[in-house]
Amino acid sequence: MASNKICVVVVSGTRERLQMAAMTASVAAVSGQEVMVFLSMNALPYFVKGHGAKAPNEGEMGQLMENKNVPDFKTLFGQAALLGDAKILPCSMAMDVLGVEPEQMESFIGEPTGLTRFLDEVRDAQVWTF
Amino acid sequence: MADKKIVDGRGSFCPGPLMELIAALKSSQIGDELDVLSTDKGSVNDIPEWVRKVGHEYVSTTEEGGVWHIVVRKAK
Repeated sequence: MASNKICVVVVSGTRERLQMAAMTASVAAVSGQEVMVFLSMNALPYFVKGHGAKAPNEGEMGQLMENKNVPDFKTLFGQAALLGDAKILPCSMAMDVLGVEPEQMESFIGEPTGLTRFLDEVRDAQVWTF
Repeated sequence: MADKKIVDGRGSFCPGPLMELIAALKSSQIGDELDVLSTDKGSVNDIPEWVRKVGHEYVSTTEEGGVWHIVVRKAK
């Protein structure tokens, strides 16, 4: 039987990938699955409070979504945490490179997590990478 | 007495209406009916699927002038 735990790894900073990751995490979390999201590389800066830049579009779908009332990916990650108890964890290495502290992150972001703990957490989980 | 509430998800896209339903369920009582209004066709299939999966009661789906009404009863 497939694991009921999923880990969503997000390293891309493009709109389409952030959106698909947020949709997967939020729907899984509110459907009774245990969800852990690991944010690193180009995905992480969007979760620093006050980061105003829009995620660039990869293609046609990104452009279409930008102009329609598609739920914002940050809102969806927030709902995954609030409504579905998902753990949204920032990569500690990426935080060090960015030079940001935990209190500078959005309120739904959990504690900085290193690869050792991450690898331990995902041993019994399905891993989805965006 | 059970309430009937409107959850207005019109204009939003998947999974927006589902998330609005879940937020509304959290603040509802067992037996309450929630009428989700959606203009997103994906949600018409996805919401009943979610309702069955998590154990609430799916009541009905109707369409009126391009707006779907997906009625759900809180069961737990």
